[in-house]
Amino acid sequence: MSAVMDSMMGTPAKVALEKPVRSARLARQGVKLSNGKSRMAGLALAVMPPMLGLGILVLLWQILSVNNTSFPSPLVTWVEAVRMFADPFYSNGPNDQGIGWNILASLKRVGLGFGLAAAVGIPLGFMIGRFKFMAGMFNPIISLLKPVSPLAWLPIGLLVFKAADPAAIWSIFICSIWPMIINTASGVQRVPQDYMNVARVLNLSEWKIFTRILLPSVLPYMLTGVRLAIGTAWLVIVAAEMLTGGVGIGFWVWDEWNNLNVPHIIIAIVVIGVVGLILEQALVALAKSFTYDEAGN
Amino acid sequence: MANLKFIEVQHAEMVFETRKGSFHALTEVNLTVEQGEFITLIGHSGCGKSTLLNLLAGLTTATEGALICAGREIAGPSPERAVVFQNHSLLPWLTCFENVYLAVERVFGAKEGKARLRERTAAALALVGLTAASSKRPNEISGGMKQRVGIARALSMEPKVLLMDEPFGALDALTRAHLQDELMSIVAKTGSTVVMVTHDVDEAVLLSDRIVMMTNGPAATIGDIVQVRLPRPRERVALAHDPLYIDYRTRVLEFLYHRQARPQKEAA
Repeated sequence: MSAVMDSMMGTPAKVALEKPVRSARLARQGVKLSNGKSRMAGLALAVMPPMLGLGILVLLWQILSVNNTSFPSPLVTWVEAVRMFADPFYSNGPNDQGIGWNILASLKRVGLGFGLAAAVGIPLGFMIGRFKFMAGMFNPIISLLKPVSPLAWLPIGLLVFKAADPAAIWSIFICSIWPMIINTASGVQRVPQDYMNVARVLNLSEWKIFTRILLPSVLPYMLTGVRLAIGTAWLVIVAAEMLTGGVGIGFWVWDEWNNLNVPHIIIAIVVIGVVGLILEQALVALAKSFTYDEAGN
Repeated sequence: MANLKFIEVQHAEMVFETRKGSFHALTEVNLTVEQGEFITLIGHSGCGKSTLLNLLAGLTTATEGALICAGREIAGPSPERAVVFQNHSLLPWLTCFENVYLAVERVFGAKEGKARLRERTAAALALVGLTAASSKRPNEISGGMKQRVGIARALSMEPKVLLMDEPFGALDALTRAHLQDELMSIVAKTGSTVVMVTHDVDEAVLLSDRIVMMTNGPAATIGDIVQVRLPRPRERVALAHDPLYIDYRTRVLEFLYHRQARPQKEAA
């Protein structure tokens, strides 16, 4: 064995020199090699359909704008967008700021409301999932309040905080807390019994059960809740800002409607969509890195 | 002097309350296990052998009767009675080392330093021949290796009793044979008391000092016990032609397929 190894190790350079590339060797044996086309097919199939879909959308938009003079054409909107994004961070007082500032203002509200909701909702979800008593206590309240539109809470926010900004954050808090509580709790309840049996046999402390078994096991569920929550929060912020005013993408849309600046509204719709997509994808990527393969046998 | 009544099960009854009504799983189970003895529980599926093991583990509590281990009533799960689960139950987010360390830390953490705990963990992994895989996650190793980590985790706690629930059931025949041999040599080294659930007749005869054969459920109980008086260490190839081995094997088969023939459809 070692002799074979030695002889192989002794002449690696020579072997490499004499050996043509695999495709050339296969070709010499008379194997018909597939050309580049079939390898490109996968890539084309991944890129083509989305491009085609977007193309048709723009085409429909163009047809619509030709027949309706109040609706801007794609080209007009594009030119406007290029002009706007050339300077997204200008500021001419509180009522005239660049789109960048508006997005950042909205993101800040979402971040605050969402962060507070995570800070309260995730621990609460863990307790509801772990202790039947807590579940019995909170489940009726959650079932009752969950279907309520978060905007219905806006007046309560205005009443309590006496300001528009905290009220908007309050709405975000309310709308993002439910998915986080519910998903975390159901994740805790779905921790495989096998793992809990291990915990029982080892007689682990509640803290060890939490850090070594519950937390890693619940994390994927929790992140699903977080993902749902951020989606809803981003939906709600636009509506909340329309009602509260100030700086923010939602209010900006409303402002442009009052100015009858339709291209800006369309740009805003696309921007809101893109930001929502980025938030969602970032959390999907995060969730993926925390998902463990269920080890079979 | 070995304790002759290390584990005692007296008049154990187990009734499960299910949605369809109560199910009488075990009735009038009486068993004593000596210290250092290797016991296998064998019977058709659904005969309550795993139920009995769970009672010994303390994962479930008997409806009636008493279960005693080392002079103390079994009131709940305890690291003294380590369990090797059928599906290994390793935590997928921890490495093999960390999986074992979790158990070691729990049992010895209060008295010993970190270095000593790591030493114990490494020793347990070495015992099952997995030193090289210690930094791997469970999904990166084979089924046989996972089961060995499960055994290492159980042994690392230095339990008074090792409870095994069909530990090799999900493995292929060659891996199973290999692990059976390893288990025999480990038990010979550590002198552990073992109660093991199996449905494999050869496994039962090869490993056991006594084979506890259970009748068919519902209301299963111990039907018969075969004392296996084969000298140790046992070697599977040599035993294949041993008339005594063949006799024990026949007696277990006789019990399972004639006296307790698998109940027809009703069980399925």
